[in-house]
Amino acid sequence: MNAIAQPINPARLVARQQKVLQDADWVRWSLIAIAVGFIGLFICLPLGLVIFQAFSKGIAAYWSALSQADTLAAIKLTLLTALVTVPLNTVFGVAAAWAITRFEFRGKSLLTTLIDLPFSVSPVISGLIFVLLFGAQGWFGEWLSAHDVKIIFAVPGIILATLFITFPFVARQLIPLMQEMGNQEEEAALSLGASGWKTFWAVTIPNIKWALLYGVLLCNARAMGEFGAVSVVSGHIRGLTNTLPLHVEVSYNDYDVVGAFAGASILAGLAIVTLILKTVLEWRQANR
Amino acid sequence: MSILLSNISKKFGTFTALDNINLEIPEGELVALLGPSGCGKTTLLRIIAGLESADQGRVLLSGQDRTDHDVSQRGIGFVFQHYALFRHMTVFENVAFGLRVKPRRERPSNEVIAKKVHALLELVQLDWLHDRYPDQLSGGQRQRIALARALAVEPSVLLLDEPFGALDASVRKDLRQWLRNLHHDLNVTSIFVTHDQEEAMEVASQVVVLNHGRIEQQGAPGDIYDNPANAFVSRFIGHTNVFDLDEQDADWLQTAGIPVAHQQGKFAHVRPHDIVIEKPTADSDAFVTLKDWQHLGSLIRIELVKNGSNGLTASVYAEMPNDQFRRLHLNRGDKVDLRIRHAHWFH
Ligand SMILES: Nc1ncnc2c1ncn2[C@@H]1O[C@H](COP(=O)(O)OP(=O)(O)O)[C@@H](O)[C@H]1O
Ligand SMILES: [Mg+2]
Repeated sequence: MNAIAQPINPARLVARQQKVLQDADWVRWSLIAIAVGFIGLFICLPLGLVIFQAFSKGIAAYWSALSQADTLAAIKLTLLTALVTVPLNTVFGVAAAWAITRFEFRGKSLLTTLIDLPFSVSPVISGLIFVLLFGAQGWFGEWLSAHDVKIIFAVPGIILATLFITFPFVARQLIPLMQEMGNQEEEAALSLGASGWKTFWAVTIPNIKWALLYGVLLCNARAMGEFGAVSVVSGHIRGLTNTLPLHVEVSYNDYDVVGAFAGASILAGLAIVTLILKTVLEWRQANR
Repeated sequence: MSILLSNISKKFGTFTALDNINLEIPEGELVALLGPSGCGKTTLLRIIAGLESADQGRVLLSGQDRTDHDVSQRGIGFVFQHYALFRHMTVFENVAFGLRVKPRRERPSNEVIAKKVHALLELVQLDWLHDRYPDQLSGGQRQRIALARALAVEPSVLLLDEPFGALDASVRKDLRQWLRNLHHDLNVTSIFVTHDQEEAMEVASQVVVLNHGRIEQQGAPGDIYDNPANAFVSRFIGHTNVFDLDEQDADWLQTAGIPVAHQQGKFAHVRPHDIVIEKPTADSDAFVTLKDWQHLGSLIRIELVKNGSNGLTASVYAEMPNDQFRRLHLNRGDKVDLRIRHAHWFH
């Protein structure tokens, strides 16, 4: 149905290719071995090492590393950032997808391209944009310091940078799906007397909900894990402007191996949970 | 509800989709909007429904100007070409939708809704499918559910965009008759779009022929067939033989029984059933050759080849009842006499 948003269904892929791909057994097995070996070496092994290192001095050391005030502050800041950015970007993503797929307007293709911008520039540059705008020497720097508003090297900057980095996720999930569905169901609802608002909740949302959740999930994972852009605007003030990824780096640079890997293990855990939820959502999308 | 369209025009960019449409549809009619693909039928239907806004012109329903009313306030039932059923709702919920979204004051109770939905599903003879999802239905079933859904809100006008377009030939035939009967029972003013002239003639009480965004002719099916207003309508409705006076010699038509008077026009259009063929008599000019024939049910279509005085050959098609043709005992290659009973002249 939704050709682009639909995730890969391995069973279907194989079914289609079986007749074409009749390679010799050794080719098949060595390709599988290469793929599995690669994933094992570069993904599973490092992930295992993170867990191993985190617990290398025992569970007690792990817990004490996690319950340090700085670590807790970093976790809190990460959660706060996600809590602010994910809902905003969900609303933004739905609005952008709606505008792009339902209306004709000038500059539509430009908007479509701009949505992808955060994906195509280096996160460091994304961070620098905000420094240029709001930093002490930036465009609004003077005005901001005159009014005693701190954005750079403070929480608002971190949130802004994260907002910028994560805004494509939801829109990118929805646009192809909504394009492919067309707006006939919505028109039908309107012709039956439903208001625009009712149509949105009763017809649009149920049709896009799995893709929407999927986008929100990816957006959340990135919001919690973003390093580059946040690093530029954060200032690395322990206990104040360090998100979890920054905290990991700072701890590591201080030779606090257990602290660094304890933080990393939380991020790794988040990644695993995300993967599991992602699989569940993909399954739901494929088996509506 | 009667429908009155005055001076409706619509452009998409520089392309004129509708050009100054004036149309009046009396209450209770079943009207076919007929025209070739891309001539603006869907656009006109959407403008009547309020799904699209015209660049110019007014839409009056029951004499009231509704041009600036939203689609949700026009009281129009719209059946989309591809049905547009709500894919995440059961058949029952699809039909109930229009009732459930009514403002709280007007909203019927759940029992009333259930009763009404089942009555509608029985009307379209699909009550047994009430808990299915749209993707578990056949095309014809979806079509009827879409119709039931549109009828649930008791619209005063029903608009159907190519209602049979995506269906098998046999299902189409059944549904045509069914729609006609349904309209007879409900008597709600209805417009349906089609590009199939046979369908329009069979189902509608009035036919509106559209081409390149203009209305070519409006009238009862028989009228349009017997008295086409112009060459386009004559060609589009039914089959016709076209004789061009510049290429054909006028003598030939004279001999066939059609007096040629130039002021009538340059083209003579002749319906196949207005061509009579007979065994050549001894003293006649046998001026066509029987090439081939095909069976069209009770009729037979005969392909004749005519040799013009300029040496060009052209095919002429005639139709006559099967038994009449059999009595002539003709074979392929025979010379036959040809007589034209009636022709329409166009410039
Ligand atoms: N939204 C649109 N944008 C641009 N052109 C359109 C649009 N809708 C219809 N058209 C054009 O207008 C013409 C009439 O379309 P339509 O009313 O759908 O024709 P029909 O239903 O008779 O086949 C077509 O040539 C079509 O390409
Ligand atoms: Mg159409």
